[in-house]
Amino acid sequence: MWDYTEKVKDHFLNPRNVGEVENPDGVGEVGSLACGDALRLSFKLDEKKRIEDVKFKTFGCASAIASSSALTEMIKGKTLEEALKVSNRDIAEYLGGLPEEKMHCSVMGREALEAAIANYRGQEVTKEDFEIICKCFGVTDKEIERAIRENDLTTVEQVTYYTKAGGGCGQCHPKIEAIIEKVRKEMEKEAPPPKAEKRKLTNIQKIKLIEETLGREIIPALKADGGDLDLIDVEGNKVLVALRGKCSFCPSSEFTLKQYVETKLREFVSDDIEVEEVRP
Amino acid sequence: MKTVYVDNNATTKVAPEVLEIMLPYFSELYGNPSSMHFFGGQVQKKVNEARERTADFLGAEPSEVVFTSCGTESDNAAILGTLDSYPEKRHLITTRVEHPAVGNVCTYLGRKGYRVTELSVDREGRLDLDELRESITDQTTMVTVMYANNETGVIFPIEEIGEIVKAKGIPFHTDAVQAAGKIPLNMKKSAIDMLSISGHKLHAPKGIGVLYIRKGTKFSPFLIGGHQEKGRRGGTENVPYIIGLGKACELAKKNLDQENTQVKALTDYLEAKLLEKIPNTLVNGDRKNRLPNTVSVSFEYVEGESILLLLSDLGICASSGSACTSGSLEPSHVLRAMGVPFTAAHGSIRFSLSIYNTKEEMDYIIEHLPPIIQRLRDISPFWKDYLRAQGKK
Repeated sequence: MWDYTEKVKDHFLNPRNVGEVENPDGVGEVGSLACGDALRLSFKLDEKKRIEDVKFKTFGCASAIASSSALTEMIKGKTLEEALKVSNRDIAEYLGGLPEEKMHCSVMGREALEAAIANYRGQEVTKEDFEIICKCFGVTDKEIERAIRENDLTTVEQVTYYTKAGGGCGQCHPKIEAIIEKVRKEMEKEAPPPKAEKRKLTNIQKIKLIEETLGREIIPALKADGGDLDLIDVEGNKVLVALRGKCSFCPSSEFTLKQYVETKLREFVSDDIEVEEVRP
Repeated sequence: MKTVYVDNNATTKVAPEVLEIMLPYFSELYGNPSSMHFFGGQVQKKVNEARERTADFLGAEPSEVVFTSCGTESDNAAILGTLDSYPEKRHLITTRVEHPAVGNVCTYLGRKGYRVTELSVDREGRLDLDELRESITDQTTMVTVMYANNETGVIFPIEEIGEIVKAKGIPFHTDAVQAAGKIPLNMKKSAIDMLSISGHKLHAPKGIGVLYIRKGTKFSPFLIGGHQEKGRRGGTENVPYIIGLGKACELAKKNLDQENTQVKALTDYLEAKLLEKIPNTLVNGDRKNRLPNTVSVSFEYVEGESILLLLSDLGICASSGSACTSGSLEPSHVLRAMGVPFTAAHGSIRFSLSIYNTKEEMDYIIEHLPPIIQRLRDISPFWKDYLRAQGKK
């Protein structure tokens, strides 16, 4: 049995805003009977161009119905620009989370919303504009790329959970893999991994952190090779240590200090740390 | 909330008589049947008795009964143990509607270089025996065809298939996990060489199965180990479960008539009432050749998981061939093989009864299911479209 949250169960058992809005301003429809789920979303705007009324009809499992119901609650009263900011993750979060295998239900909600708004704006988007990657479920490259980006996906299995692509015959798996690789490369370029922000430390904090890092990251590795190390003192950015055990007479101790101990301390404590050996 | 359990093809309640007979073997009677001392010997006697009861249920010799850990192990052992005995032959015949315990073994063998023929079924889930006849070649190692389908309850003409296969001198295995206890089995007058059953489908606990192997059938053990089960399945006997299964087989033999009268009447009653009360409802599978306890119905334009959860909310336990219930994205391979249209495949519900079900329980389902389907159809975008299209006609 699926582990649905109470909120999912509530929105499934008591769905909000079921039906079709009369004389709607926009209608969006995604999915199909063959695919196993489908959602028809209709909305009406008030004079201030805010979503005054929104209703849904869904064919699908409990999480599809709950996602649709949640979406309507989330966008009511919003402008279209605001509504378009609702991502599939927001829908899942609103419901207290969805099982990963069911994330495609939240994606379906977001897609229906976009389709309805495009319908209102007179910009019908057809799938012919894009390449259909998964023939079993009719999923395009654009949809897959977007799910990867917005949800930080890394595997074909995840792409299937979020978009259904690849969940049928499996023939498109190599194509999906290629898309993942392409998009992940683009994502890395766009946003280089942020360097961990290093806080300004007081002397006491710094010494504590150095001790912790030595104990956690450095000494166990040295001990594994029969060596050891003691912290003697900290003067500003200078860390004075004494090598013990095998390290004390190891010909590569200089290398150990600079390349290993210093690198680790710079990584975890501060960029300008310098390590010096104190000989007895 | 009362529980109405109608998912007996998934698993069954352990019969109180079965539980009772098992209990001493967890506590004071813990001996190993292989031991030389009296303490193990007294247990061995009981294991032998269980083997006789199981053999009696199958119409077999006790020496033809091999206890395993589950139906899946029995199926794996039958297939892999036979192929191992005929390394020169590389062709296997099965069907498109097998349980994964057979189906996925065949897929695995396909990847290992075996040629696998999967016989198709028609819209009612029936096989075409001519297709079987045409598929057999001198390279065919074995044929494995399920006795009755777990999802639809459709019964295959196993003896007829067995005769065709036997005439070619090819070993024949059947997965009878769903059939055992519902269809009379008599291996003495049968063309079956190997047959799998699972304890927990006939009121024994989970974790015990049987592989019947006809005397003289070539077989290499799947679990290689000690001398247990005459060298056909290593591993210390699962004593309490074997003894429990023996009792369950004795009860199943006794209850076979009840399954085919009382249980069948309840199944038919449930089916008739649902068809009467809920429009756009289809029955999946050949109703003339069906297990007495199983009915698979599809409610068009709604999705199975939603139905199950609303039923579950009322204490009713059933199952579905819909995609969403399994975590896969496509409806069951059985319904797809039968060509059930998508409008119906996603909304299939299986009710599988047992001798413990009552007419009151059926009435409870009959009372509560129609409003559930109506409620989901009211939410479904396709139902109104369908009604509109009907109105135009």
